[in-house]
Amino acid sequence: MTGTTFGAVPWGPPLGEPVPRLDGRAKVTGSARYAADHTPAGCAHAWPVPAPVAKGTVTAVHRAAAMAEPGALSVLAHDDAPRLGDADDRTLAVLQSPRIAHRGQVVALAVAETLPAARAMAAAVRIECAPVPPDLELTPEHPRLVTPEGAESAQGDFPAAFHGAQVRIDAVYSIPPLHNHPMEPHAATAQWLGGRLVVFDSSQGSNAVRDALAALFELEPDQVSVVSEHVGGGFGAKGTPRPHVVLAAMAAMAVNRPVKLALPRGLLPALTGYRASTLQRVRLGADTEGRVRAIAHEVDTYTSPLSPDWRERATQPTRSLYAAPHRLTRERVAPLDVPSPSWMRAPGECSGMFAVESAMDELAVACAMDPIELRARNEPDVDPHTGRPFSSRHLVECLRAGADRFGWADRDPAPAMRRQGRLLIGSGVAASTYPAEVIPSSARAHANPGGGFLVEINATDIGTGARTVLAQIAASTLGIGVDELEIDIGRTDLPRAPLAGGSCGTASWGWAVHKACGELSRRIDEHQGAVPAGGLTVTVDTTEDLATDDQYTRRSFGAQFAEVAVDVDTGEARVRRLLGVFAAGRILNPRTARSQLLGGMIMGLSMALTETSTLDLAFGDHPERDLASYHVASCADVREIDVHWLAEEDSRLNPMGSKGIGELGIVGTAAAVTNAIHHATGVRVRDLPAQPDALLEAMIAQGRI
Amino acid sequence: MRVSFTVNGRRHEADDVWEGESLLFVLRERLGLPGSKNACEQGECGSCTVRLDGEVVCACLVAAGQAQGREVRTVEGLADGAGPPGGLAPIQQAFVDAGAVQCGFCTPGLLVTADALLERQPSPSDADIREALSGNLCRCTGYEKILDAVRLAAARSAAGAAPTAPGPEAPPAPRSEPEPGE
Ligand code: FES
Ligand code: FES
Repeated sequence: MTGTTFGAVPWGPPLGEPVPRLDGRAKVTGSARYAADHTPAGCAHAWPVPAPVAKGTVTAVHRAAAMAEPGALSVLAHDDAPRLGDADDRTLAVLQSPRIAHRGQVVALAVAETLPAARAMAAAVRIECAPVPPDLELTPEHPRLVTPEGAESAQGDFPAAFHGAQVRIDAVYSIPPLHNHPMEPHAATAQWLGGRLVVFDSSQGSNAVRDALAALFELEPDQVSVVSEHVGGGFGAKGTPRPHVVLAAMAAMAVNRPVKLALPRGLLPALTGYRASTLQRVRLGADTEGRVRAIAHEVDTYTSPLSPDWRERATQPTRSLYAAPHRLTRERVAPLDVPSPSWMRAPGECSGMFAVESAMDELAVACAMDPIELRARNEPDVDPHTGRPFSSRHLVECLRAGADRFGWADRDPAPAMRRQGRLLIGSGVAASTYPAEVIPSSARAHANPGGGFLVEINATDIGTGARTVLAQIAASTLGIGVDELEIDIGRTDLPRAPLAGGSCGTASWGWAVHKACGELSRRIDEHQGAVPAGGLTVTVDTTEDLATDDQYTRRSFGAQFAEVAVDVDTGEARVRRLLGVFAAGRILNPRTARSQLLGGMIMGLSMALTETSTLDLAFGDHPERDLASYHVASCADVREIDVHWLAEEDSRLNPMGSKGIGELGIVGTAAAVTNAIHHATGVRVRDLPAQPDALLEAMIAQGRI
Repeated sequence: MRVSFTVNGRRHEADDVWEGESLLFVLRERLGLPGSKNACEQGECGSCTVRLDGEVVCACLVAAGQAQGREVRTVEGLADGAGPPGGLAPIQQAFVDAGAVQCGFCTPGLLVTADALLERQPSPSDADIREALSGNLCRCTGYEKILDAVRLAAARSAAGAAPTAPGPEAPPAPRSEPEPGE
């Protein structure tokens, strides 16, 4: 991609307008249909039976009691389930082997006339197994920690430069496992119609689900239809096909009728991915003026035997973040007998930026410098990792604009100085960044002879407002109003498109929609503006537009500011104010963009203060796997929160000039909050989350209270 | 057992209901009203919120048998009696206008909760709104726009706007609220 092969979408209404969400009405009336809301005639229900041990072999599946339940239809297990082809993802090879790879893996599936009956059956299935001691604990000395290809980078001579630096920071940060928990648990309703498989799935990208199902059931892709019309959030957990959809299709085949499977909340962490815990060592060597000469970021994390290639790529943002001639990054990963980690909002970037942005704050304190000035001083001219220019980079501008809005100028940098009653008050800042990428997509645009347009693309709206923003892009390209066209998304029988993930959905789909509508306009002009009977249809694909060599690093940036109040009696930290200022290219719909950025920031706040999970060494899974024990922020946790963005022009991105915003908002938030806690209390939080007991203990230990 | 009750003003009967079945299951799977969502099934998230004889309840925690002879209102019935057929209830309109909806999965429960709040307290303070809504989790929006929507609905009803006519465009500025420890 050179950034020169596309024409730009005309900038102006409806693009850039706060157009209300097109599916808003369906969603507020309860008529929007999600995967589990479809109940085809004769639909049966399934309920999974999770592996009762972390590792071992199933030696017997006792079905008799389950099959005696009224309404019982079948108990599927490895010994009788249909054989599957290979989909190149071992988490999808469900019920194919007696081997247990992790606690919670599905070892049997109960299918019944009703959901209560399926649950009763699942409880009555008795699994006998031969357990093997699992390997569950990540330590820096773990013998199976390896550095995969591409997981390290080095420039200059880090050890020497660090050793010789006037100011050194050397700190280890940790993040516990974190769970996506979209409000809609993963669900699929599957039915076989003749030789065709039709599935309603809660997925961020139904083309990948179709491809996987076709491979597993040995069908042609066009024998499979996947519908993901409305999806109740995903945050990465629905970014790849997950086991539930395969189980639903398999059960529908076995009982020869439609089957619905909605995973219980408590099984999501084991079956749909999570953010693996990371241990991160950051070393910064600088001169007394705060110029960083040496930077190293080393991360230890883990994956599962079912996902051997996965790792939380937490050093990725560090490579491109700050200038320093001597650099080192390394990620090590150990295969443990744990549930498969996977994508969670800003995978890698969110984890890594907590550590690096905390370390930068520690450096600012050590150099007695303002943390904003410190970051400005280390701003690189080009991407320090690749040597390529940034297509645009306005990190310092975000920091400065945020400082103005937040009232940073009056800040006294001394920690633990501001007390109001029982509360210690402090403020902190951190940077945000996320790659701005594009994936090939296709799209179709159709002009009706009697007026009106139809735009079709298998984009997915997981809550981002994809429907609305794509309609805006189409309307702006065609020079019409949003209400003069129809947009159809969310089904695999529409033109193929990539997933809603990696913050590249709008850029990728929008490019294809723009191209289709642009060509359609030209075709209409060829007909002197009169659409012939039968209409005009244009189908496009952007693969070739994106195929040329890359010359730029494309990233969005931002700055987040937090003000916290820490109760000296309870150790409870609360965020009083949270401000994000972002530079993410053109903002195509301020209404939906604002909500996405706010949502990301709140997830980051929640990561800083309340979200925590444990990989239990006796149990092999996460005990905190429901919403009672895993605390996501509620509206009572959120006080003053605000989002702004800079008017960033970048012609090297895509026809819209936009960067993705789905993930940027969560990157850096946790560090802004914990940096503010340091400013408030003098306690440096290196282990997330900052919970009251630990904070209180640290304040007492340091003689702060 | 047979359970008969009223949902959104219409009488319904469900046969062969097993005593452990939840009201949520009966609404969604037997009565074809999947607007109320199942997101946790243990009373933690509020996605299944409905009114039972006016009371705000988690339908996942109510046994279907407890609804016998009673009146249930779900998101599908929120607009009933709120204006011309096909119109939206003021709180629904406010959610659309304030941009309080993202994925929409939490929305039905939040609407029922917020509607009940405004019925009880037509002009709630911010602290009242937070308190009332804190049992409804939303993983997408960051809540700010949801609060705006409730403020907007309250302001419109104070201004006496017709249910579906746009009233004030922007919600009133949030009122400051005390903080524990202050
Ligand atoms: S589904 Fe009832 S409270 Fe969550
Ligand atoms: S809008 Fe998605 S959970 Fe609230």
